[in-house]
Amino acid sequence: MSDDQMVIAKPFYNRGWLFVLPVLAFVLFSSLIPVMTVVNYSVQDTFGQNNFFWNGAGWFRALLDPSTDIGGRFAGAVVRNFIFSFVVLALEIPLGIAVSLCIPRHSWRVGAVLVVIALPMLIPWNVVGTIWEIFARQDIGLLGSTLNRIGIPYNDVEDPFSAWATIVTIDVWHWTSMVALLCYAGLKAIPDAFYQAARIDGASRWSVFRNIELPKLRKVLIIAMLLRFMESFMIYTEPFIVTGGGPGEATSFLSIDLVKLALGQVDLGNAAAMSLTYNLITLTVCWVFFTYTTHSEQRQSAIETA
Amino acid sequence: MTRITLDGVGHAYGRGNYALSPINHVWQQGRAYALLGPSGCGKTTLLNIISGLVIPSEGRLLFDDRDVTRLPTEQRNIAQVFQFPVIYDTMTVAENLAFPLRNRRMRPVEINARVREVAAMLDLTAVLARPARGLTADAKQKISLGRGLVRRDVSAVLFDEPLTVIDPALKWDLRSKLKAVHQALDLLMIYVTHDQVEALTFADLVVVMNEGRAVQIGTPAELFERPAHKFVGYFIGSPGMNFLPARVVGNSAVVDNHQIRLAGSYAASPDGHAELGIRPDYATLGSTGDLPVRVRRVDDLGRLRLAHVSLGQHEMVATVPPGYSISGQEARMTLSPAHLHVYVDDVRVEGRMEGMAA
Repeated sequence: MSDDQMVIAKPFYNRGWLFVLPVLAFVLFSSLIPVMTVVNYSVQDTFGQNNFFWNGAGWFRALLDPSTDIGGRFAGAVVRNFIFSFVVLALEIPLGIAVSLCIPRHSWRVGAVLVVIALPMLIPWNVVGTIWEIFARQDIGLLGSTLNRIGIPYNDVEDPFSAWATIVTIDVWHWTSMVALLCYAGLKAIPDAFYQAARIDGASRWSVFRNIELPKLRKVLIIAMLLRFMESFMIYTEPFIVTGGGPGEATSFLSIDLVKLALGQVDLGNAAAMSLTYNLITLTVCWVFFTYTTHSEQRQSAIETA
Repeated sequence: MTRITLDGVGHAYGRGNYALSPINHVWQQGRAYALLGPSGCGKTTLLNIISGLVIPSEGRLLFDDRDVTRLPTEQRNIAQVFQFPVIYDTMTVAENLAFPLRNRRMRPVEINARVREVAAMLDLTAVLARPARGLTADAKQKISLGRGLVRRDVSAVLFDEPLTVIDPALKWDLRSKLKAVHQALDLLMIYVTHDQVEALTFADLVVVMNEGRAVQIGTPAELFERPAHKFVGYFIGSPGMNFLPARVVGNSAVVDNHQIRLAGSYAASPDGHAELGIRPDYATLGSTGDLPVRVRRVDDLGRLRLAHVSLGQHEMVATVPPGYSISGQEARMTLSPAHLHVYVDDVRVEGRMEGMAA
C-alpha cells in the first residue's frame, strides 16, 4: 500500500452542533428562562395584574445597605451563613478524615462499615429534620430530656446556643460520612509501598499521616470542602423544621429568610434581588477557593520544573 | 551483621497453599544476589520476609545468630527500594534523605553531614534543595535508595524490581550506579527481578525461583552452563535451552533412532526415559555433523544467526556458524558433548566421567 492511500483528509464537520441543540433547548427551558424571570423581578416592581414598573438597581441598593430594614436582615443572614459553613467545615473535615482512617481496608468488614457510615446520607433532609426535632424535644425527646435531666440547660426553641448546637450537630451527623467516604477512597488509592517504606524509615503514625496520607488526600479534600461549603451555605430544611429560624432570628439563614420574603410576604422584588445576590456569593466563594487551590498547585509544579 | 540465614523459611496463605516453599539459604554480607523468576513465583514474598513486611508462616530468619523472624521492620537494619518510587511529596530531596535519621532522633549536624555524603554518592547534590515530587522517576528511585543508605546501621539493601518504571535508556545508568554503590559500601544486596539480563549483570549469585520454590542458586555462568532444573534452562538464555526426549543408557543417548554420544556415563533411569538439554549456542549446523536436520527458518540477529530445525519430529534451535550458508532444507548438526545435560523428571542428573581422557 502506498503512503498516499494511507493519508485520509481529517474530516471537519460542523454538523455535530446539531446534536447539541436539543440539550441547549432543554437547558434554556429548565434553567436559563426561570433565572431570567428572577432577573426580571429583581429590576422591576409589580402590583399584580402583570403590570411592571422599572426599578433599576433599587432593590439591590436597599439590599446591600445594612441601614435599611431589608439590608439589615440580609447582612445578618449572610454573617450567620458564613459562620455556619465555617463551623460545619471545621468540624466535618477533620472528623471525616479521622473516621476514614478508622475504616478497615480489607475483609468483609469494609462493606459493613461503609454501609453503616453511609446510612445518614441516605435519609432525606426533611426526615432528618423531623427525627432531630423530636429527638431534641424537652418533654419526649431522648436528647432534650436527657440533657435537661443531667443538669445541662438545653432548649433548642428558646435558647440561641442550643438552637445553633442542634443545627450544627444535625449537619455534622448528616454529612460527615460524605467527607469520610471521599477520604476513604483517597486513602485506598495510596499504594502499600508508601506505608512499607515509612515503616522501614521508622516513621511514627503521626508522621505517616502528616507526610503520606494528608498530601495524598489534598485533591479529595478540595472536592469535599467545595461540596460541603456549597451545601452548607444552602442550609434550609433542618432549621426550617427544627427551629423555624428562631429563636428570634438566631437561625434565620439566607434561604429561610428568602422563603419568608418570597412566599410569606410575597415581596418579589426584594426576594429576587436577594436570591441573585445569594447565588453570586456562593459562586464567588467557590470560584475563589477553587482557583486559589488549583493555582497554588500549578505554582508548585512550575517551581519544580524550573 | 555478616550474614542472613533462612532456616526453613516458608510462607503459606491458608493451609498447604505455599506462596513460598520452605527454603534454606545463607546470604553473605558484601555480596550481590538476585532473585529471578516469573511473576508470582514468590520472590517478592521472600524479599518481604527478609525486610519484615511479611511474617513467614514457618521457619526462622536469622541475622547472624539472632532470630529476627518476628522483629518489626523498623527494628531490622534493612533498607528496601520498591517497584514504584516512594518519595515524600511535601519534602525536598534533602528532607527526604534526612527523614529516616530524623525519625531515629539523630543530631541535626550529623544528619546534615550524612545526607550530603549520600547525595554525593548518588549524584543528587545538585537537586538537594528541590521538592522531591517534581523529579524524574530515576531520580526518585535514587532518593528511595538514598533513604536506605543514609542509615549507617543498614547492612542489607533489598530491591523489588526497582527499574520497572525507569526509561530504558536510564536503566543501564541506574544499574551501574547500584553496582558502584555496592562496591563502595560493603553491603548485602538482594535484587528481585523477572529480567534475566538485570539479574545476571547485577548479581554475583542468582537464585532462580519458580512456583514458590528456589530451583537453582548459582553464578550466572553456572546457570547458563549447567542449569540444575529444566525451568532454569528455559528461563535463562534467549532463546532458552532445547530439550529432546531421549533414551539414555550408559554414555549414549538415542533420540529418534539417532545415536548421540554423551560426555559422562549415566545410570539408566527406571524406564530409561530422560531428556537431553542443550543450549542453542552449543548446537551448531554445518555441512558435516552427526545428526541430519531439516531447517525450517533462520533468524538473523545481526551478530549471530539462529536456525529453527527439526531433528526427526523434535523441534529445536541451533546456531548457524559464520561462513556457513545453508543450501536447501537439509543440514547436519553437531552437539557439543560437554554441554549436553541429562534431565530426569525435570532435574539435571550428573554423569560419571570415565577415564577423563576427552
